[in-house]
Amino acid sequence: MNFWVVFRKEMLEQWRTYKVLIVGALLFMFGLSSPLLAKFTPEMLAAVPGLPAGLSDFIPTPTVADAMTQYIKNMSQFGILLALLMSMGSVAQEKERGTAAMILTRPVSRGTFILAKFAALKVTFVVSLLLASLGCWYYTWLLFEALPWGPFLLMNALMLVNFMVYVALTLLCSTLARSQSAAGGLAFGGLILLAGLGAFPRLAEYLPGRLFEWGAAMALGMDTTAWPALWTSLGLIAVCLLAAGLIFRRQEL
Amino acid sequence: MNTIKVEKLVKTYGKVQALDGLDLHVEPGSVFGFLGPNGAGKTTTMRILTGLARPTSGQAWVAGVDLATDGRDLARRIGYLPEEPAFYGWMTPIEFLDHLGRLYGLQVKIRSARVKELLDLVKLGDSGKRRIAGFSRGMRQRLGIAAALVNQPEVLFLDEPASALDPAGRKEVLDLIEGLRGQCTVLMSTHILADVERVCDVIGIMARGKLIVQAPRQELLDQVATPVFEVEAEDVNGLQTWAVVGRSLPWVASIEFNGHIGRVVVNDMALAKRELLPNLLQAGLVLNRYEELKPSLEDVFLRLVGGEGLQ
Repeated sequence: MNFWVVFRKEMLEQWRTYKVLIVGALLFMFGLSSPLLAKFTPEMLAAVPGLPAGLSDFIPTPTVADAMTQYIKNMSQFGILLALLMSMGSVAQEKERGTAAMILTRPVSRGTFILAKFAALKVTFVVSLLLASLGCWYYTWLLFEALPWGPFLLMNALMLVNFMVYVALTLLCSTLARSQSAAGGLAFGGLILLAGLGAFPRLAEYLPGRLFEWGAAMALGMDTTAWPALWTSLGLIAVCLLAAGLIFRRQEL
Repeated sequence: MNTIKVEKLVKTYGKVQALDGLDLHVEPGSVFGFLGPNGAGKTTTMRILTGLARPTSGQAWVAGVDLATDGRDLARRIGYLPEEPAFYGWMTPIEFLDHLGRLYGLQVKIRSARVKELLDLVKLGDSGKRRIAGFSRGMRQRLGIAAALVNQPEVLFLDEPASALDPAGRKEVLDLIEGLRGQCTVLMSTHILADVERVCDVIGIMARGKLIVQAPRQELLDQVATPVFEVEAEDVNGLQTWAVVGRSLPWVASIEFNGHIGRVVVNDMALAKRELLPNLLQAGLVLNRYEELKPSLEDVFLRLVGGEGLQ
């Protein structure tokens, strides 16, 4: 039952150190601004002084698809970046400061220590994505049309899976590294590696990045799936957490 | 039965041998003082015994728990104060101790009573709702001691418990440790010899990863005791004249002078205790001081460890 004790502390820490608020506010802002940007960017371009006559006719009229594309673009960049930033110090910083040694001489397994951190980060991203999706849905409805709730929420769930891949990967890096900055460097290397692998179309089918495309298609009512990417993502999360737990068990503090 | 039993413990870090076949036995209820020069292996030993590090070879048992088998069971029985205790700075002492109480599965009422009791014990009752981030080193050290006692441990490991404290704080902590005598077994490492002399009933001295001596405090002091008396007289010439006769006494080994002070080394302490003072008075000397010199733990330490110095 010590999982809940450690989880409680992690949630309390996220609240007291404003991590929940920061991630929530940033993702909400990006969610909110996506349909706004989609709607008004063409209008702003058309209003640029000195634009050659007739060119503004070529600027396409924004649609709900543009709002979704903008939302996914923002989330795929800033969501992943926040996943890295929020997780990189989780274990490394506790090892560095000595709090891990202070806590792990109590009846807490090292696996529980890692899992509780993952669970707390997951809650933070669930709450933040909910806020972001609310903001995005509201302005999309206001400026374009109402999106069907079911597919839109499923799209956000797929985004969450994607973010959790990077949280788990960063937690593994944080376990491996001795310092927060080294953990961040390693996780960023993992991010670059996954992005590089995405350049190969056959491999890309299996990578977490494909979940964004699936989500967008789902929200716009298109019949596309990317099940291999989902299974790979869930597998990556499990492997990263398992590896982090096993490595941490063998580490000396 | 020993509360702490260590057999042939070896720990290597690359080419560095931190522990070299350490054997250690600590009896229940004792306050064991762990001394040694820098790099002797004291902290490594503590880290292994608290489950934070693993030995390269050898075996160890703490409170009957084999360290090679059950870490969770060990954690319930021990308390540990690291040299620099670390806390979550955003928490208050009440929250931190409450968090630890939850980890030990203490019920709400017991937990809150225990937290209050511990904060009062370490004199942090008034700071219970302040953030730990703003605490001084001394306050953190005292909170660390409270944290180590949350579960009423059978064995308490204290790594330099009083080194960061001012004299008043040090006295309070040492009184606290003294108060634990008989309630739990304490293994305390320190470089302050006076602290060891004051609270520890058994002393172990480590050097180069091995325990070079382990004995009750008084026994250890007696082992290295040199039978010496110091005599300070008003009339230094009179004292020097007496020394000519004194050197011929069968129980006197030698007499040396340093100004007004004569240092009389004897070879029969019992006889010297009876004969020396009357002998000096019969010679008509007026004495300012007459003292049997007791060896200090520092003498013992320096004799056993030599030039390696203190941590």
